Amino acid sequence: MSSPLSKFFGGLKLPGFKSISMSQATEDAPLPKLLTLPLKQHIGHAAEAIVKIGDQVLKGQMIAAAQDYVSTPIHAPSSGKVIAIEKRLVPHPSGIPADCIVIETDGEERWTELSPHTNYRQLDASALRNVIRDAGIVGLGGAGFPSFIKLNPGPGNIINTLILNGAECEPYITCDAMLMQEQSRKIIDGLNIMRHALQVEYCVIAIEDNKRAAHTMLVNALQEHEAEYIDIIQIPTLYPAGGEKQLIKTITGKEVPSHGLPINIGVVCHNVATAAAIATAVLEGKPLISRYVTVTGEGVDHPRNLNVLMGTAFSELIDLCGKNSKAEEFIMGGPMMGFDVAGDSVPVIKTSNCILVKSKAEKTDYVMPCIRCGQCADVCPAQLLPQQLYWYARAKNFDKTQDYNLFDCIECGCCSYVCPSHIPLVQYYRFAKTEIWAQEEEKKSSDIARQRHEFRQFRMERKKAENEERKRQKRELLKKVNGEKDSAEDAKKAAIKAAMDRVKAKRETQSIAPENTSNLSEQQKQAIAEVDSRRKKVKEES
Amino acid sequence: MSTVHSSPYINNNESVSRMMLAVLYALIPGTLVYVHFFGFGVLINIFIAVVTAIICEAAILKIRQRPIKPYLYDGTAVLTAVLLALALPTLTPWWLAALGTAFAIIIAKHLYGGMGYNPFNPAMVGYAMLLIAFPKEMTAWIPAETHGMNFYDTLNFSLFEALPADKTYDALTMATPLDSLKTQLSLGYTIDEIHSSNPSLFGNIAGYGWEWINIMFLIGGLVLIFIKVISWHIPVAMLGSLAFMAMIFSFSDAGSYSPVSFHLFGGAAMLGAFFIATDPVTAAASNKGRLIYGAGIGILIYIIRTWGGYPDGVAFAVLLMNMAVPMIDYYYKAPVFGASSNN
Repeated sequence: MSSPLSKFFGGLKLPGFKSISMSQATEDAPLPKLLTLPLKQHIGHAAEAIVKIGDQVLKGQMIAAAQDYVSTPIHAPSSGKVIAIEKRLVPHPSGIPADCIVIETDGEERWTELSPHTNYRQLDASALRNVIRDAGIVGLGGAGFPSFIKLNPGPGNIINTLILNGAECEPYITCDAMLMQEQSRKIIDGLNIMRHALQVEYCVIAIEDNKRAAHTMLVNALQEHEAEYIDIIQIPTLYPAGGEKQLIKTITGKEVPSHGLPINIGVVCHNVATAAAIATAVLEGKPLISRYVTVTGEGVDHPRNLNVLMGTAFSELIDLCGKNSKAEEFIMGGPMMGFDVAGDSVPVIKTSNCILVKSKAEKTDYVMPCIRCGQCADVCPAQLLPQQLYWYARAKNFDKTQDYNLFDCIECGCCSYVCPSHIPLVQYYRFAKTEIWAQEEEKKSSDIARQRHEFRQFRMERKKAENEERKRQKRELLKKVNGEKDSAEDAKKAAIKAAMDRVKAKRETQSIAPENTSNLSEQQKQAIAEVDSRRKKVKEES
Repeated sequence: MSTVHSSPYINNNESVSRMMLAVLYALIPGTLVYVHFFGFGVLINIFIAVVTAIICEAAILKIRQRPIKPYLYDGTAVLTAVLLALALPTLTPWWLAALGTAFAIIIAKHLYGGMGYNPFNPAMVGYAMLLIAFPKEMTAWIPAETHGMNFYDTLNFSLFEALPADKTYDALTMATPLDSLKTQLSLGYTIDEIHSSNPSLFGNIAGYGWEWINIMFLIGGLVLIFIKVISWHIPVAMLGSLAFMAMIFSFSDAGSYSPVSFHLFGGAAMLGAFFIATDPVTAAASNKGRLIYGAGIGILIYIIRTWGGYPDGVAFAVLLMNMAVPMIDYYYKAPVFGASSNN
C-alpha cells in the first residue's frame, strides 16, 4: 500500500553521534529517594494537586488531576509520602521555578489498584480516549501535547493514515531507537489501540534508515501480529525528517496546510514511545510514570539509555552514567532543538527524551552581520525566508514577521546551523513569537476592558432613559388629575409661566453661551449639524 | 533581545572568513594566467589595493568603534581589493589602485553601514569611480605577452611613472579587444575583417590572452559552485542571458555583432559572473530573484558593450542591478511549506 516517498524541502545531513549511547541495553534507573513532579509536564493547563503534604501515595496513584480539556493528570511514580507541594526548579527554557509535588519514596513500590482493559476492542473510541487521558499520556517525542486529543478526529474529519513517528532525526538522541529495538511488540500493540480509537484503516511506522536494528525488530514483531494494514517504512536520514509536517510530506507526499493541522489532510501522527505508553496504559492499566531517557554527551563516560521514573533528578542519572569533568552544561533534548536547564537538579518529566551533558561552549564566535548568502533559506524545511524574518524580528517589526509566516517556523535550528555569520537566528524567532503572544494577551485584556466600559455606558444611558420615562408618566398622571380644575386660571398661569420661561431661557443663553459656537457662519453651522447627525447614527448603530 | 544562548548548540563551522578565503583561492588560477599575459602589474596592483584596503578598513572600524579583529579577519575587505585590482589595467600608477580601493572601502562600504549593509558592490563602485574620473589611465592596456615589461620596469612605473628609455607610454599601451572592436565597428568594418586584421590582439576566440584568463576564472568559479560557496543561479543566468543576446544579434547580422564566444570569453565576463555578481550582500536573496538579477546583469552587459559608451559593461551592469535588488526581493519570495494546500 505504500507509495514512493517524497522529499521535503531543505533539511541537513547532520553528524549523528548516536552509536555512543546504544552499546548497552536499557536498564531501569535505581529508585531515587525523592521524586519531584511538576504539575505541568505537557502543553495546556497545569494539573491540580489532589493530595496534601503528608499523604501516603501508592505507585500509579493519581496525585494531580487534569484541569481543563487540554490537560492531563499526573501520577505517583512510586509509593511514598508527599513531603512538599511547592515551587521547584523544573526543566523549562525560562528557568523559572514551577509548582511541583515532591514525594519521598519508601522503597516498597506498592502499586495502586490497576484496571487493565485487555479487551479494549469492546470499548468505544471515547471510552478508550478517557482511559488514555486518565493514564496521563502525552506526546513523548518532545512536544508533550495530550495524546487523547490527537486521538479524537472530531466531527467531520476522516482519518486515512496513522503515522507512528520513529524517525528520531536529531543527533545524540537514541531513546526511541532503543525502545523500538527492545519494546517492538508493545509499540505495535499501542498502534493497534490507536487505530481502534481513530477508526483508521492504514498505518505506517516511519524509521530513519540509520536505525537498522530497530527496523528489523519491528518487522519481526509485525510478522507475529500478522497486521498487513501496517507498513514499516524506512525514510532517508535527513534532519528534520521527524518533524511532523516533514514526516507527513515524506510518507504521503501531502503538505499540511500553513497554519493548519495534519488532521486537515486526513493524517494523524504519534510518536513510537507514545504508542508504547498507550499499550501499557490500556493493556496493563499502568499510567505513564516512567520513560526511556538517553543520557549522553561528552560530559558522561558511559552514555546510555535508562528507563527512568518521572521526577528523578537529572543529577542522579548523570552520576550513574559516569559524570566527568567536562559536565558543565545540561541540555534537555538534542543539540538542535533542546534547551539549557537551570542546573542538574531538575527532574525528568514526560517530555525529557534526552539529557545532553556537555562542556561549556567555548567563547562563542563573534556574530557578524548578515551577508545575505541565503544558505538559511536553502535549508529551511518550512520554506521560509529566515533572512527577512531575522531583519524584521530584529527591528521588532512583528507584523512583518507574521507576513513572512513566522508561526510556520518549527524552530528546527537548520538556519542557525549553517549561518556563516553565526547569527542566532532561532533565538530571534523565539523572541518575536513570545513578543507577539504577549501583545495578543495585552490586546485581549484591553478588549475586555473596552467592552466592559461600553457596557457600563450603555447601562447608564438605559437607566437615564428609564428615569425619564417614569417622570413623564408621573407628570401625565398628575395632569390628568388636575385637568378638571379651573381651566381659565390655568391658561393664565400657563401664559405667565411661559413668558417667565422665555425670559429665563434668554438670560441663560446670553450668560453661558459657549463662545466658540456663537457667531458661526452658515457653513460652519451646517458642518456641525452634519457631524451631529453622523454621531447620532454611530450611536444608534452601536 | 536576551543574550541567553539557546539551541541549536552546534553549527557546521562555516564562517564568513572561510567563504571569502575560498573565493580568494578560486581566483588564483585566473590571476596567474593574467600575470603570464599582462605582466607583474597585476600583482603590484593587488598588493597596493590589499594594503590600502586593510589600512582603510582598520581606520574606519576604529572611528566607528567596531571590533577590528573579527572584521579584518572576515576577508571581505581583502576580497574587494583583489577584485578591484584585477579589473584595473596592468600598467598603472600606484595611486590608481590605492584611490579606487579607498573609495570602495570608505565610501561604498562603510558609509553605508559596513559589511553586510552596503547596497552596491564596493569593488565595482571603486572601479566605476576610477573609470569616470581617470578614463585615460583606465582604458590603456599593454599588449598581451609582447609588452616586454619586467617586474622592475613595472614597479618603477607604478611608483614613479617612469618608463625604460626605449619605451613611451603611448606606444606601449593600446585598447583592449572589446574597445578596439567597438572603435573599428564604428568605422564600418565587419567583425571578420576586424578579427583577421589583427590576430595578435583578437586571438582565437575573444582576444589574445583574455580567452585564457576567462577560462581560468570559469574553472575557479565552477569549483566555488561545487564546494557550495556560491550557488549556480547568478552565473548561469548572467552568462545565459549574455549568450542569448549575443546569439540573437549575431544570427541576425554576423557582420556587425560579435559571436557568443567572443562575449562569453572576452573582457571581464567570467570574473564578473562567478566572482563579482555573486557577492551575496548586494545580490538578490531568493533563488528565483537571483535568476532575475543575473539575467539582468547579462543583458545590461551586452547592451553596454554593444551600444553603450564604455567598452566593457560588467561594473555598470552590476551596479544597475544592485539598485534593482530591493524590488526583486520584494516580488520573488518562495512559497511557504503548506501554502499550496491552503486553497
